[in-house]
Amino acid sequence: MSTVTQDPLLSVRDLVVEFPTRRGTLRALDQVSFDIAPGEVLGMVGESGAGKSITGSAIIGLIEPPGRIAGGEIRLRGERIDNLPYEQMRRIRGRRIGMVFQDPLTSLNPLYTVAQQLIQTIRTHMDVSESEARARAVALLDRVGIPAAARRIDDYPHHFSGGMRQRVVIALALAAEPELVIADEPTTALDVSVQAQIIDVLKEICAERGASVMLITHDLGVIAETADRVAVLYAGRVAEIGPVRDVIQHARHPYTRGLMGAIPTLEQDSDRLVQIPGAMPRLNAIPQGCAFNPRCEHVFDRCYKERPVLQRAAPKHQVACWLTEEGGA
Amino acid sequence: MSEPLVQVEGLTRRFDISKPWLNRVIERESRQFLTANADVGFSINRGETFALVGESGSGKSTIAKMIVGLLAPSAGSIRFDGQEMDFASGADMRALRRRFQMIFQDPFASLNPRWRVRDIVAEPIVTFGLLKGAEITREVDRLLEVVGLSAADAAKFPHEFSGGQRQRIAIARALSSKPEFIVCDEPTSALDVSVQAQILNLMRDLQDEFGLTYLLISHDLSVVRHMATRIGVLYLGRLVEVADAKRLFTEPQHPYTRMLLDAVPDLALSGRRRKPVLGEIPNPIDPPSGCAFHPRCPLAADICKRETPAPRPTPTGQAACHFAGQNSEVA
Amino acid sequence: MTSDTQSSLARFWDSDIMWSFRHSPVAIVAGLVVALIALAALFAPWIAPTNPYDPAALNLMDGFTPPMEPNAFTGNSYILGTDNQGRDVLSTILYGTRISLFVGLSAVLFAMVLGITLGLIAGYRGGWVDGLLMRIADVQLSFPSILIALLIFGVARGLIPPAYRETMAIWVLIVAIGLSDWVQFARVVRGATMVEKSKEYVQAARVVGAHPVKILIKHILPNVMGPVLVIGTIGLALAIIAEATLSFLGVGVPPTQPSLGTLIRIGQQYLFSGEWWILLFPSIALLALALSVNLLGDWLRDALNPRLR
Repeated sequence: MSTVTQDPLLSVRDLVVEFPTRRGTLRALDQVSFDIAPGEVLGMVGESGAGKSITGSAIIGLIEPPGRIAGGEIRLRGERIDNLPYEQMRRIRGRRIGMVFQDPLTSLNPLYTVAQQLIQTIRTHMDVSESEARARAVALLDRVGIPAAARRIDDYPHHFSGGMRQRVVIALALAAEPELVIADEPTTALDVSVQAQIIDVLKEICAERGASVMLITHDLGVIAETADRVAVLYAGRVAEIGPVRDVIQHARHPYTRGLMGAIPTLEQDSDRLVQIPGAMPRLNAIPQGCAFNPRCEHVFDRCYKERPVLQRAAPKHQVACWLTEEGGA
Repeated sequence: MSEPLVQVEGLTRRFDISKPWLNRVIERESRQFLTANADVGFSINRGETFALVGESGSGKSTIAKMIVGLLAPSAGSIRFDGQEMDFASGADMRALRRRFQMIFQDPFASLNPRWRVRDIVAEPIVTFGLLKGAEITREVDRLLEVVGLSAADAAKFPHEFSGGQRQRIAIARALSSKPEFIVCDEPTSALDVSVQAQILNLMRDLQDEFGLTYLLISHDLSVVRHMATRIGVLYLGRLVEVADAKRLFTEPQHPYTRMLLDAVPDLALSGRRRKPVLGEIPNPIDPPSGCAFHPRCPLAADICKRETPAPRPTPTGQAACHFAGQNSEVA
Repeated sequence: MTSDTQSSLARFWDSDIMWSFRHSPVAIVAGLVVALIALAALFAPWIAPTNPYDPAALNLMDGFTPPMEPNAFTGNSYILGTDNQGRDVLSTILYGTRISLFVGLSAVLFAMVLGITLGLIAGYRGGWVDGLLMRIADVQLSFPSILIALLIFGVARGLIPPAYRETMAIWVLIVAIGLSDWVQFARVVRGATMVEKSKEYVQAARVVGAHPVKILIKHILPNVMGPVLVIGTIGLALAIIAEATLSFLGVGVPPTQPSLGTLIRIGQQYLFSGEWWILLFPSIALLALALSVNLLGDWLRDALNPRLR
């Protein structure tokens, strides 16, 4: 029993995703490894192009061709899912892995009522009667905070406001009681005052059902409030991964540290923000050695020659930086 | 010179969103209007950064567009350095136009993809006829260096640059007519945080160097707090609070401001308790009666449903709330 | 200077559009066919064995010579045979293609200029100007364009004094085909203009008070040319066929200066009496030209569509 709970729900090892283009093959993900434990919320942050969304797409098997998984493996409860045929993967999506995307309208079919979509999802994955599925759907909508759920369930998606629509999407993602929910920028399209509501709902309902969450976002504030652990991606590689409090308050990787200083907060008081010079390299121009070396203020010889591997810096806290080894924890 | 640089009074903008005439006749519908801004008034002092914050539908971008003349106000006035802005009169406006500029949100849309950087940055110079021939080239090179690019970039096309670099080009263009006042419409919301910090720092440096006055439009309270000297908070097209920047965050006067502050994620893990925010922004086509915020307001009373509150003075500025200045302890 | 032009040539060769061209066999074949036909037409006076427009060089006794066979009376042999008047079919095709291409290109250019101008104005101004122009476009679209061309052609013929009809015929034809085809350009340009004008680079130009005409020509026009080129290419194929159709119906170019359509009209009279070559070869030339241009247009549309890239 105890060994089962020790095992990660999702295990990603050395994942490589490549996009062949006419100017050579681009590596969108380069040996990305991480685990998600059952019931855990893993935040995945990074700037645009860092590969966070592609990681999500790779896990659910929806990388747009000509992109492809070129190496590594993805396991869900120990079972490989990165090489499954399309039809089998389709059954895992929705049933075992739920998805919440940035734009609620991409997940909802405008031609069907919310009830039709929820009931169909429930009945596709579970052996229940129409009326039972409907009862479950109403309960779900009620749970995600839709007022008068029993009445509103027969509305079409466009009858709902942006925040309410995202609540419907969360209900839809959780309809089949998945073990893992992948939420890709679930609040980015929403207003500030609504974002917090959605994050709270997502977090609570997943905790209730014991579903793990992979929360992909560019917003470290959302991660700070929601995630148990966080992985920082840079140029398709994991720069740092560890418990949220450790990473945010004691960031080890120079990139993470720069990132934290770059964000204006309501608490800090300084005239200038910490700024990381330059920008993340384009995928066709990733430097040798450590991908962050052109922007790093602590750069030394080794950073240009060898690519740093993830090393333990503290319990559960791993950093891909040669300084970690040199300077010690 | 205590007179404000920009003075906005009673600014109102209505959009006609009626269906076409024939449809209205057949369906027996009346004309429909969306009030993007109602009776907005504020002033911006020389050298300061005045920020307007608000969520979608608050009409913050509409105000920006009216100030730079991209949209005509339905009512109200905008004065720049004591002169009434009248965009219909070409000759008078030309001299005024040179003195203000705008930086846009999306650096991927704000630079013409078919133009070289040199021509993009020089556009205001050429349009106002400020310089000629080789002087233009020299000035463009200088401006590119001012914003942290190199003169060699002048010959390139926008697609060769990253988002942050493009925003620098847009800033160089805005500076090229040597303006005093720059309207910045969400200048960093399309950028990544590490790049956002670069642009915000650059904007501050430029302000110090050239004595610029900014109107900063943003939805991000952290950015606004970092940049602004004074802040105006918009809700459904109305200015609900204007306050000194630092004090807005410590002593919010309007319940909506308080709610917005509560919604900001606690990145510093300071343990600051967030209160759950209630409800969503109503449809601006059919806003609530009286104070538009009353359906979401913890303080709402009968008067709030009947009467639209006028701005009242508060210790930190002004707030449009029937209870402003009375019970700042509540909530 | 030379290194500059060289590098820009190299850049063009390496650009996405050329890469797409090099990787599309259909586009390459179509491009070669079009280039071959265009060059042959351009240099017709130097390539063609005879000048079919020179009545003095014609010998009626040479009429109906089958291809590659000596004429029964004169013993002359022609690669593609001769027509009823003894004109060398190869030469008439070369000269005819010249006229077909000239009329097609001119008509498309005319339609393009008209359509772009009206589309830019409609898209940028909006309001009643837009409403009026687009209703005219709708009305015109509800008729087959060949009918419109016929109508314009007929009206123009009626207005022009008989003495000038022969010489003006080609120009009337160009205007007729062009006027029947501007709507497509106007619609596409109008749509693209409406998208572009809301973009921030246009707003930036408006903030500094740039003149609307300057904004339209220097900012918006370069950004709407992509789809215009696609329609222009496909429109060229249609214009060539429209010209052939009109000439086939006998209302196009004068018979003394036969285009491909005229040749086909002449040829079809003799198909059932066994002189198949008079019809067949001009038809093949027209088909090859129109098809290749059309295929090029299809390729261009795909290559310029960022969603397919």
